[in-house]
Amino acid sequence: MVDMKGTQLIHEYLRHNKKFPHVFCAGCGHGIVLGSLIRSIHGLGLSKDEVCVVAGIGCSGRLAAYVDFNTVHTTHGRALTFATGIKMAKPNMHVIVVMGDGDSMAIGGNHLIHAARRNIGVTALILNNNIYGMTGGQCSPTTPAGSFSMTTPLGQMEQSFDCVELCSAAKANYVARGTVFHVKKLDKMIMDGISNPGFGVVEILTPCHTQYGRKNKYRTPVDMYKMLKKDVIDIDRYEKLSEADKAKKVPSGVFVQKDDSGLEEKFYQMAAKCQGGA
Amino acid sequence: MSVKRKGNSTVTIFPDWCKGCGICAAFCPAKVMELNDQGKAVVVREEECINCGFCELHCPDFAIMVRPKVDDEIPAVCRAVLEKAARKTDGPAASGDAAKKAASGKQKG
Repeated sequence: MVDMKGTQLIHEYLRHNKKFPHVFCAGCGHGIVLGSLIRSIHGLGLSKDEVCVVAGIGCSGRLAAYVDFNTVHTTHGRALTFATGIKMAKPNMHVIVVMGDGDSMAIGGNHLIHAARRNIGVTALILNNNIYGMTGGQCSPTTPAGSFSMTTPLGQMEQSFDCVELCSAAKANYVARGTVFHVKKLDKMIMDGISNPGFGVVEILTPCHTQYGRKNKYRTPVDMYKMLKKDVIDIDRYEKLSEADKAKKVPSGVFVQKDDSGLEEKFYQMAAKCQGGA
Repeated sequence: MSVKRKGNSTVTIFPDWCKGCGICAAFCPAKVMELNDQGKAVVVREEECINCGFCELHCPDFAIMVRPKVDDEIPAVCRAVLEKAARKTDGPAASGDAAKKAASGKQKG
């Protein structure tokens, strides 16, 4: 397994008894994220037993079923709480949480900000497709204002959450935003997120053309990938734009990187101190 | 250590796994892939492949494999997928629709 790359490598890590091809729609970015996650874990040289993938409910929840690591499929919005428990019990395990935007910012919004505040050493991959894809295309907290969905047929009137700003404000240790079009960068971000101590968030913009695209003038998956290619630019270039141009573009890159020690490290240090003192 | 030169790589598509999203055909810089009448990707100009790896990285279904031509050995896991597709094509037990799909992918690929 040393010299493998690309698809060969990914096939080594898949559970081939789980009815492939997977359930995602044709052109869904979730498959690309799955590949990226596998490449990142292989790139870091972690063994299958050292990694735990926790997933919530939604399209992204299926991701955990396909990979041959320790995996947990949890209740809606509570993926981070399960992950917190796993990390506290097994601090040497690399816990990776895969959540959708509804899972992480709607029903699990509370857990997201508190996991960031606690700085627990898990890595959260937030697969943001701007919509509740699995349940029929209802608007989610990240549906951009003015865009259309099943429940907002005349246009969304509410503002949307900016995941990166939310997590930065909640003091997460590592905050980055990548897309499924810029895969090499995404690999790097996930690797950094896993190896950085403390809470890491990687927001991944992934297209949902089935529910979001066809209501918003992106009829095919290819249209959505072209949109990602055009609209998402590097943060350095984004900073140089005028205010009017900034509204049309989405910055991607690493927004916050700190190396504060995580909660589990502090906890075990405290435990050692108490036992030593007694 | 991959050399980005034309004609040095083999492109394999697993017809069973391809869902026909068209990402590979739309973005391939050398236009190696095209969609067939079933809507699935097939390799039409393999000699043009410059081994950039775009399709391999961006295929959401892990259905494309690009390998150097000298490397003959297909890893066991991938071989199993290909063999399954071949069985469907050859075997008399295969149901009509699935067999046709697999066959069309196979012939052109």
